This record gives sequence, structure tokens and C-alpha cells, in this order.
Amino acid sequence: MNSQSFVAGMGIVSAIGNDLQSNYQSLCDEKAGIGEMVWLQSAHKNDLPVGEVKRSNEQLAAATGLSSRLPRTALLSCIAARDALLDAGWEKSGPLRTGFISANTVGGMDKTENFFKLFSKDKSAGKLADVVHHECGSITELVADWLGIRHFVSTVSTACSSSANAIFTGARMIRSGLLDFALVGGCDALTRFTLNGFNTLMILDKELCKPFDENRRGLNLGEGAAYLLLASEKGLQQLGRKSYARIAGYANANDAFHQTASSPEGTGSFLAMKGALEKAGYGPADIDYINLHGTGTQNNDIAEGTAIRLLFDPAFPKMSSTKSYTGHTLGASGAVEAVYSVLAIQNGTIFPNLRFTTAMKELPFQPVTTCLKNQRVRNVLSNSFGFGGNCSSLIFSAA
Amino acid sequence: MKVYIRSTGNISPQHSLDMDLFFSSGVTTTENFFKCVEPAYDAFVDSKMIRRMSRIVRMGVAAAMTCLRNALTENPGAILTATAYGCLEDTSFFLRRMVEFEETLLSPTAFIQSTHNTVGAQIALLLKCHHYNNTIVHRAFSFENALTESRLLLQDGIGPVLVGAIDEITDDRHAILSRFGLYRKPNHSSGNIAGEGASFFLMDSQPGGNPLAVWRDLQTLYKPENPESVQPEILNFVKRNGLTMDDIDLVLTSHTGNARLDEHDDQLLETIFHGKPHFPFKSLCGDYPTASGFALWLAAVLLKEQKKPSWISGILFPVRHILIHHHSEQIHHSFILISAV
Repeated sequence: MNSQSFVAGMGIVSAIGNDLQSNYQSLCDEKAGIGEMVWLQSAHKNDLPVGEVKRSNEQLAAATGLSSRLPRTALLSCIAARDALLDAGWEKSGPLRTGFISANTVGGMDKTENFFKLFSKDKSAGKLADVVHHECGSITELVADWLGIRHFVSTVSTACSSSANAIFTGARMIRSGLLDFALVGGCDALTRFTLNGFNTLMILDKELCKPFDENRRGLNLGEGAAYLLLASEKGLQQLGRKSYARIAGYANANDAFHQTASSPEGTGSFLAMKGALEKAGYGPADIDYINLHGTGTQNNDIAEGTAIRLLFDPAFPKMSSTKSYTGHTLGASGAVEAVYSVLAIQNGTIFPNLRFTTAMKELPFQPVTTCLKNQRVRNVLSNSFGFGGNCSSLIFSAA
Repeated sequence: MKVYIRSTGNISPQHSLDMDLFFSSGVTTTENFFKCVEPAYDAFVDSKMIRRMSRIVRMGVAAAMTCLRNALTENPGAILTATAYGCLEDTSFFLRRMVEFEETLLSPTAFIQSTHNTVGAQIALLLKCHHYNNTIVHRAFSFENALTESRLLLQDGIGPVLVGAIDEITDDRHAILSRFGLYRKPNHSSGNIAGEGASFFLMDSQPGGNPLAVWRDLQTLYKPENPESVQPEILNFVKRNGLTMDDIDLVLTSHTGNARLDEHDDQLLETIFHGKPHFPFKSLCGDYPTASGFALWLAAVLLKEQKKPSWISGILFPVRHILIHHHSEQIHHSFILISAV
């Protein structure tokens, strides 16, 4: 009871790499993965850059032995989730209990879109096989079944903060003794549904995004999947390995301002960061690096920046938005950035905020612009904020 | 730790917002879907805001507000919502326009209300509640996993927790699920019917003024190896709460009216539930993945009122302990134990 949660393994697939090592290499090499659409078939192919995973559905299927007709989100999820287990050396639960808590925002929407082409004209048309995995929970179960995890399965969906919430759900279950291993994270493939949705909000940048820049124009969407295998002390002993880091604090707060927009003062962001610090028992000065939510929209970056100023003034930690590499991976983003936060601790490296040129005039700080190695990175704060005012902050600490 | 159900707010195909009416008259349907009896929403929310809300959001918000009013609580320590399908009406609307107009001429309203956490977010917005807010979307475990989280939050000193299950029937959902052969055919008297509902509860480690019941325990069982393995799991579940099957006064079962789906429920009635008073809760709310929210509401009301609605049979009083067995197609099983205060 009251066990801490240790990060025993990680797996990731994103626009900047098909595995953990290549993600780290791209981060250090300052190589973004955002560009012209290759796999997604959309009318916006030539005007909206995206952060696609550089593999077709057929290639993803071949890497897993699964059918290429499954939702792309499930294929991405399988790869990253399996890699996290392999990385930790987890083979089976043994006498211990393992859970899979995954996040996504639109389930098997890529297939539902195909179904609707015919179904919208004729309700008896469209292949049912294309909607059978529409539900968010169905994606999680495809992966859980493939991995053989049955003790506990759950799916979290709170828009762009989804996988941050999945991560601390797992941490809370380990703390209470309900689980010894929690495979936590999230996934989302690019879909026309989300691309067009964000496009109607007029917050997509037609060029590569510039988070926290005075001249930012919006976000780029991305896709990916990332998972962390959290282990209790007992679980870690069974694995017989050291952990990368531990989860020191987490908090969720609601902005309660607007369905999509953040409050100008960043109330929700402020409360989430403050709550995570309190839970960890840290002061602002204990944080060495902030992995920003940093979408690159006018609204998010000023709200998040204002909240950071309020909480950290006058001494600001180093910070950056790695969405400048991957694009905004929605339901995966909290987990993608959790993996990057742990990589920062593990390697003593702080990743830059790409394409930054001009500091925001309202803020007394600016993000890191080159890759910094040999840094003292003990505690990292990772922010994830979503629609519905859903604000989550996680703190990872050296184990 | 004891978890009290301090209050409820429920919108269902029955008159569940009006206790007097619920106890005196039931609602039945000859269709193969069972839609909610909806209230006049302006009693809950400003009419300008109602117009902007989709039906699932209205139902969710009205059930949540009723729950909080009944407990005289204005600002819960956490809000948890559970939905298997999410906001289908807005999802379908946006999808349909997108494919018909080939990704042009779209407006953002339906998209921004299509996210699964819209109900939880709208409740927070109305209450100006900055506290913890999470949404679980795991098929027929959505509500169960939200309940588990509510207990963990209470153990961490966060509470009271407003937890609710919401799912809606839309024309598209019904058309698609009917094609899977899920519901009874027209003119058939047996077979299952689609359902929907919004069931909210205020969970607390303190009893408050006038609690309905104590929620004791919950267990989920994902894809049991065979139907027979469910029986020992139920017996263990009862045992770990210091009870035996003899102590269970009522079992709420997941019978749907579909002979194929109900085969194993029938077996349980002949074995471990033999001789027990039992009632098929889906006959009142229809079949949907978060119907266990309705079952928990029904159990809490029976324990509190210690009387049965005049129009149903098979329940004997007094009742002290109720076991809910919720399952969906042998994939998701859950057992919920709830007792009188």
C-alpha cells in the first residue's frame, strides 16, 4: 500500500521515430517530423502540414502481425505498448496484477469515416467491419488482448490531456495497491475528423508551428502512441531492474471558463501545476525543466505562459514545447511528452523548442532553443491541457 | 473505507426524476428502443445555454444538478463522467457534413461538443468547479472504472465525488447496432431493446444528512475464460465482503430478453442465485453499456425506501444487501455490492 510508481519501461512511436532510441536521437539532432501529408487522405493534403508516423498501415501491421485493416490508432498503440513491456523486461504478471490504462480521443474514427461515406446516404450501406472498433474502449481492448493483459483495462478520454490523466490513474491504482504494474499512456492516429475539426476552429498553422513565439500562428496536428510501464516497489523487484524515474506528483484541475478556449489568466493550468508541486512536496525552484503543453496557438501559449509566470516568477526553469517536433498528437500527447520528460532526466538533456525566434512580449522568459546536454535534470514538470478546460500536470523525478 | 451514496439524480426511460411517479407507474415500450423521459430543462439550466447543448449534455447536466441539489452540495471535490459511446449526436453531425461536403463548409460547434468529456466539462463550467475532472470511456466498464476511481479519490481525501454514467440513443447508433442484430425485430415480443440514460451519484466518505445507501465493493471481470468461471468469482466477491449468498436479499441481473444472451444469466439463477429474489434491471432502462448506472440507482432507491414500485414484482422487503451483476455479451462482467446504511 502507498507504493510509489516507478517508470520501469517506455515505448513510443511518433513523427520523429519508430522507437524510443530514434525519438531521442531526433530530439538531440533537432529534427522535426512535421511535413506534407503522406498517409492521411484529405482534401487539405497540400495546405496543412502534419506530424505523421513514417509508416503505412501495412508496415505497422507487418511489425505486429496484426491486420492492416484495423484502425491505425490500434496499430500504433500495439507497437508502443509492446515496446514499453519489452523495454522493462516484463513478460507476465506472475502473481502480481497488471493493468492497461490507455487514452485516445476518437477511437477507430479513421474507419468510421470510410463507413459514413456510404452510410450517410443509405443507412443499410457501409461495411459493419468499419465501425466495429469505433468506440475508444475497443482500441484499448484490441491492444490489451494482443498483449495478454486482463486484470484491469480502462480508457480515458479528456481531449488533449487524455493520456496524462491515464498516467496518473495508473499511479493512483499502484499507490492504493490495486495494481503492481500499470501500462499507461495513449494513442491517436491522424483522422480527417480531427483535422477538419481543428481546421474549423481556425487554429491550425499552414506552416510549421512556432510554440511560445510572439509570431505563432497555430498548431500542427500529429499522431503517435506512447506508453510507460509503471511498477510498484514489488513490481520493480520482480523485474529485477532499476527504474528510469518515478512519478513524484500529479494534479488535474478544470479551467471552468469555456468549452475550448483557455481563460486568459490560465486558471486551470496554474491550479494543475500548483497541485502537482504540492503533491510532490516541491517548491517551484525544485523544477529543472518544464515540458510545455505549448501547442503554438495564440490562446494556449499566453494562458500557459501567464500561469507559469504567476507560479515561478522570478526564477524560471528551462522549458520547451516538443510539439515543435511531433505536432500535437492529441490523445497521445501527454504520454509522448511524459516519455520525453523521462528521457530528459535519464540523459541529463534538455530538448529545444524548434523554430523559436521572438519572445512573447507579455512574458519575462523564453524557451530553450538549442539542445542542452550534461544538465542537472532531477525533476521535470510536464503539462497537458485539453478541451473542456481539462488541465493536467505530471512531475517526474530521478528515482 | 465506507463509501456513502449521499444523493442521486437520474434520467431514464422511467419516471426516475419524480419518486412518487416512479413508485406508482412504470413506462413500457413496444419499440425496440427505450428513450428517456426528459424533464423541462429550464428548471436546471439557463434556457439560452440549453439551446446550445446537445441532448446527451442536457440529460447529463440535469441529472448532475439534481444529484447535487438533493445533497445540498454546490461544489463537489471531483467530477467523474463515464460514457461508452460519447456524444454521438454531434459526432454524427460533423461526420455526415464532412463526408457530404468533402471537407468544406464545416462549422466548429458540433466538433467541439463531440469530445467525450463534454458532459463533465459543461457541469464544471456551470458550477465554476475547478476541481478534478476525468472521463472514462471503456465500453461496459466505463461506469465501473469511474466508480473505482471515485473510491480512490475519496481514499486520497478528495471528495465528495460526483460520478455519473451517460449514454444516448441516436438514430445512427440505433441503425448501426440494429444491423449487428442486437435488438428484437418488429412484432417480436422477446429480444433486447436499446436503452439510454444519465445516472449521477454523490459519493462521500461521510454520510452527510440523509444518505441512500453504502456502496461496499465492486469487481470487474474482463473476458472470463468460460462462462462457468463467473460463478466462483461472484462467490469470492461476496465472501471478501464478509458475507455469504444467504445474506444477499436481492440480485439485479443483466437479462435482456434475448435468449442467446441470457443463457448464462439463467444458469446463474439455477445455481448460485437459486431461490434468491431477483430482478432484470434492463427491463426498465434498456440495454446499453453504462446501464449499470441505472442498476446502482435502482438498488440505492430500494434500500432507502424499503418498498417496491407498485408495478413490479419479485422483490421482497426488507432488503439489506443488493448484488448487481452487470455484463455485456460475456466480455465485461461486473459485480457491485450495495447495502442499507
